[in-house]
Amino acid sequence: MNGVHDLGGMHGFGAVARERDEPVFHHPWERRVFGLFAPSFAAGLFCVDEFRHAIERMGAAEYLQSSYYEHWLHAIETLALEKGRVTAEELRTGHAATGAPHVTPALSAANVPALVRSGASARVDAAVKAKFQEGDMVVVKNIHPIGHTRLPRYCRDKLGCIDRDHGVFVFPDSVAHGKGEKPQHCYSVYFSAQELWGAQASHNDSVYVDLWDDYLVPA
Amino acid sequence: MSGDHHDHEHRGHGDRDGDHDHPHPHSRPLSDPELRVKALEQVLVEKGLVDAAAVDALIETYETQVGPHNGARVVAKAWTDPAYKQRLIENATAAIAELGYSGIQGEDMVVVENSPTVHNVLVCTLCSCYPWPTLGLPPVWYKSAPYRSRVIIEPRKVLREFGLKIPDDVEVRVWDSTAELRYMVLPERPPGTERMSTDELAALVTRDSMIGVARIAPPRA
Repeated sequence: MNGVHDLGGMHGFGAVARERDEPVFHHPWERRVFGLFAPSFAAGLFCVDEFRHAIERMGAAEYLQSSYYEHWLHAIETLALEKGRVTAEELRTGHAATGAPHVTPALSAANVPALVRSGASARVDAAVKAKFQEGDMVVVKNIHPIGHTRLPRYCRDKLGCIDRDHGVFVFPDSVAHGKGEKPQHCYSVYFSAQELWGAQASHNDSVYVDLWDDYLVPA
Repeated sequence: MSGDHHDHEHRGHGDRDGDHDHPHPHSRPLSDPELRVKALEQVLVEKGLVDAAAVDALIETYETQVGPHNGARVVAKAWTDPAYKQRLIENATAAIAELGYSGIQGEDMVVVENSPTVHNVLVCTLCSCYPWPTLGLPPVWYKSAPYRSRVIIEPRKVLREFGLKIPDDVEVRVWDSTAELRYMVLPERPPGTERMSTDELAALVTRDSMIGVARIAPPRA
């Protein structure tokens, strides 16, 4: 979707504000939101692409006015509700409804170190043919899907070159909507800065974007 | 930490005085996100969907164990071991795992090397993707709209604001990590460090140099 989260190249956000000796978390509630992500994922409340899309769907003004961990909180609440794992009434009262089904947590504290070490790679061991090879010139499709996509607006309809093939990964535009993994090659694609931004950009500079086969056509 | 320790920590959203480690069991009402996350966690725990002790363990891991000191060790080893550096450039995930770093948000890694002719800098314009196993959780500025909107279109200006002037004849490469690859910059080894040990070198390596918004200063004489 052409959401406000797709920030690359926009103007008007001001200077980058840095904080000296920044703590990992600024508020105790941020810790809890962060810590809820992996257990909720393990419990099947969402996959990472659904999570990102829930943030994208939150509304442009709200997105810009809220912090990173407020985005996360919104996404976990939204997906837990949409998947029917909690009700609005339960979130209002802060307690499970009487007689609500009880399960065993998918992620125990004892299993946290192993999960942290292994993660959950989106790479797929599937024999999918690559449409492009290193050095191929490509044009990014000029598409504007209303659902989730990892194709930034600024590189649509631009000419690039395949820098390297990262291998086969699940396709977020499909996974985010529960439509299957649609595994395909994902490449690092080179763009000259001037191709993306015009003559104002330095002729020396470049931008590399990771793009899936379905985003690209031969030049 | 107990699962409900935040019951007693009443700190607002706009409260930025930095002493976040001290609980304040008095006065201020809970802010909206404080109330919401408290309710959400309680419901998920009561339903058995989430183990509060797992939440505690994750917080503990990323607040005290995982951080840019991990990436610094990778960089220092690459500076001192040419064969390791080659493995790091060719298969970053495996080379980083040799030092014990792997997993969430670093499942598939790419390392890009700075040189006298190329300067690399990282961003995720769509959200805030960042290599957790080697750099920890991202700073607020990395996740902010100003950085994500600007570094992709005017990297030299943004780098200048970080105190880094890139000569015109050096190529600036911006890596927008919007897929599931996570990137780390291998910064240039500063002069005057030839006699330093790997541990001493690692102590010089900053988080910002591995994002690509800083160089590593030579050690003070």
